Amino acid sequence: MMRQLFGFRGGVKPDSHKNESTRLPVAKAPLPPLLTVPLRQNAGASPRVTVKAGDHVLKGQMIAAPEDGLSVALHAPTSGHVRAIEARAIAHPSGLTGTCVIIEPDGAERWVELEPLDAGQASPEQLRRRLRESGLVGMGGAAFPSYVKAAGTGIATLIINGAECEPWITCDDMLMRTRGEDIAGGAILLRELLGARKVLIGIEDNKPEAIAAMRAAAASAGSGLEVVAVPTRYPAGGEKQLIRALTGIEVPYGKLPSHFGVQCFNVGTAAAAHRAVSRGEPLISRLVTLTGNVAEPRNHEVAIGTPVNELIALARPKADTDRYLMGGPMMGFALPDLAVPVAKATNCIIAASPALFPAPAPEMPCIRCGACAQACPAELAPYELYWFARSQNLGKCQEYHLFDCIECGCCAFVCPSRIRLVDYYRYAKSAIRAREKDKLAADHARERYEFRLAREEREKQEKAAKLAAKAAETKAKLAQAPASGESAPAGEGDAKKALIEAAMAKAREQAAPALNTDVQKMTAEQQAQVAAAEARHAAAATAATAETAAVAKDA
Amino acid sequence: MALGAVLLGAALGYAAVRFRVEGDPLVEKIDGILPQTQCGQCGYPGCRPYAQAIANGDADINCCPPGGEEGIRKLADLLGREFKPLSGEHGIEKPKSVAVIDENVCIGCTLCLQACPVDAIVGAAKQMHTVIAPQCTGCELCVAPCPVDCIAMVPIAETMDNWKWKYPVIEIRKAA
Repeated sequence: MMRQLFGFRGGVKPDSHKNESTRLPVAKAPLPPLLTVPLRQNAGASPRVTVKAGDHVLKGQMIAAPEDGLSVALHAPTSGHVRAIEARAIAHPSGLTGTCVIIEPDGAERWVELEPLDAGQASPEQLRRRLRESGLVGMGGAAFPSYVKAAGTGIATLIINGAECEPWITCDDMLMRTRGEDIAGGAILLRELLGARKVLIGIEDNKPEAIAAMRAAAASAGSGLEVVAVPTRYPAGGEKQLIRALTGIEVPYGKLPSHFGVQCFNVGTAAAAHRAVSRGEPLISRLVTLTGNVAEPRNHEVAIGTPVNELIALARPKADTDRYLMGGPMMGFALPDLAVPVAKATNCIIAASPALFPAPAPEMPCIRCGACAQACPAELAPYELYWFARSQNLGKCQEYHLFDCIECGCCAFVCPSRIRLVDYYRYAKSAIRAREKDKLAADHARERYEFRLAREEREKQEKAAKLAAKAAETKAKLAQAPASGESAPAGEGDAKKALIEAAMAKAREQAAPALNTDVQKMTAEQQAQVAAAEARHAAAATAATAETAAVAKDA
Repeated sequence: MALGAVLLGAALGYAAVRFRVEGDPLVEKIDGILPQTQCGQCGYPGCRPYAQAIANGDADINCCPPGGEEGIRKLADLLGREFKPLSGEHGIEKPKSVAVIDENVCIGCTLCLQACPVDAIVGAAKQMHTVIAPQCTGCELCVAPCPVDCIAMVPIAETMDNWKWKYPVIEIRKAA
């Protein structure tokens, strides 16, 4: 029976260039002399390093443990010595550095003792902890920690994303052809974990070998995995687009697919999850496509942390290569530095030459033809967003739902004026995020400033009250003295004696252990002020977390 | 007619009491735009007093260096006034910085603690002081009181957490 497909709006059909890198079978890339394992490979917080320079590590040994706040573990990709833990250039469009663990392989490839889990026996918590401690992140590009996504409740449909819609990239295609049983095993594992009723494996119909391999794997796995061919149209592999194509569910702004009973994982993530549970192997290598202007385009199984320049040498780039792209030509970025390492979310490295990727024609003014709006899979109005982002009218950008943009590049692809639209959207998005962060910081500073003013006022009042009390006490003593001591000569000496006594009493009082007067002497009104300030602070913190969540989802 | 006037008057009077706006909304709005650095460079003891002064018409909108040009533009928009460049007598716009105490030099005099408007410095008498960097607004008020000059203002470096995509710059090439 043919499943009914729903399709999504917009999209484009760029030349796929998939055949170049699928002719040769997957090769195992040799280990480089030094592995640079970046600490931050997942969306959310970085893990905490648990090794130090000079340590010997085994293959698969944990070198960084997950911390609070969406972080996953990190493992040594091979056995060897930790040479340093220092800042190195990492794969990021900014060209900035990040903390990396530098490992010199010893060539022995000695594994740490692996502990397979029986998926049938283990509890869901155990399985999720295993996913976290095996360093599982979304391998489609966003690198979102998988253990978080595997914790949804009320999930009816699990989607395994093998669409791989971006041109040139074939790592998921080759993975499906060669490791179909791992993917099927991972799909069953995730289905049990989520309690989903059905599993759909969505693959673009330009990959017939992968579809056949997955159908065979699904049949031998034996239980209700359905492989669905979706029409080839970029960006069919976008999470929201694939969900829409397969189920007809449209995930609106501010909602996650799990709110609608759908959860989506990449095929690479499913395969890695299967290996993490059934064999105990952490995520330490992945398939990377080397293609473009090279003599030998193919997919390599690469240890995480392998520097890109070591890797591209394997594919023998041609002489006229002028730059390298990480990711695909639609959403990837030109690498500012070739020493950067391969990370868990690195899927493809493309050698670019002027012949293959000609320099863009000069940008012309927007003629508001609306071609971008027809191509936009998120159903936005890119020409309006461009207008507002260009004039830095950030409020209007948000009104026109800039954060629904998935930065797929369809608008720039079809633009007859060759405007680099996505660059403007990325700029506007990060400017809005920075502004919101500043606003939060300013609110926080205002609160602290107001609290300080209130505290100073209170201290002043307390001091005044104390002085007044002391003055009254001294006065009373002065008044008492002549009445009680009749024998003592009245007059100046008596007053002095009283003052000395008062001073001694004060000294005794000070010698007694000091109590926290700040908290104890607060009036009801002041306490209310403190409580209000704390409530505001808590509200701001919640807003911040919500925003981070939105950002993570957006990425 | 008279009855109607009385009724409407009563309704308006009731509404004025019932829906009274607490505080001055204009001051709140202006205060919301100001950067809350609390540096006093504007000549007022904090951001709120400056906001009050702007609302009263006592102060101009271009006296806030940390808010910079963007802040002046927002104030001009809010108040329907003309934009004017930052007045030089109050200072210049600088990159956002945080105070850093050289802890080897600090003598624990607590003078900076008293100067900090947002209580972002911890320490006690004859104990080393240190700045809670995320709370520091970069107001520079702690720099002057330090008797041993151990506080430096360090511009915030670009990291992976605060990196931003740049505004697209189009290279101008000569047409062939």
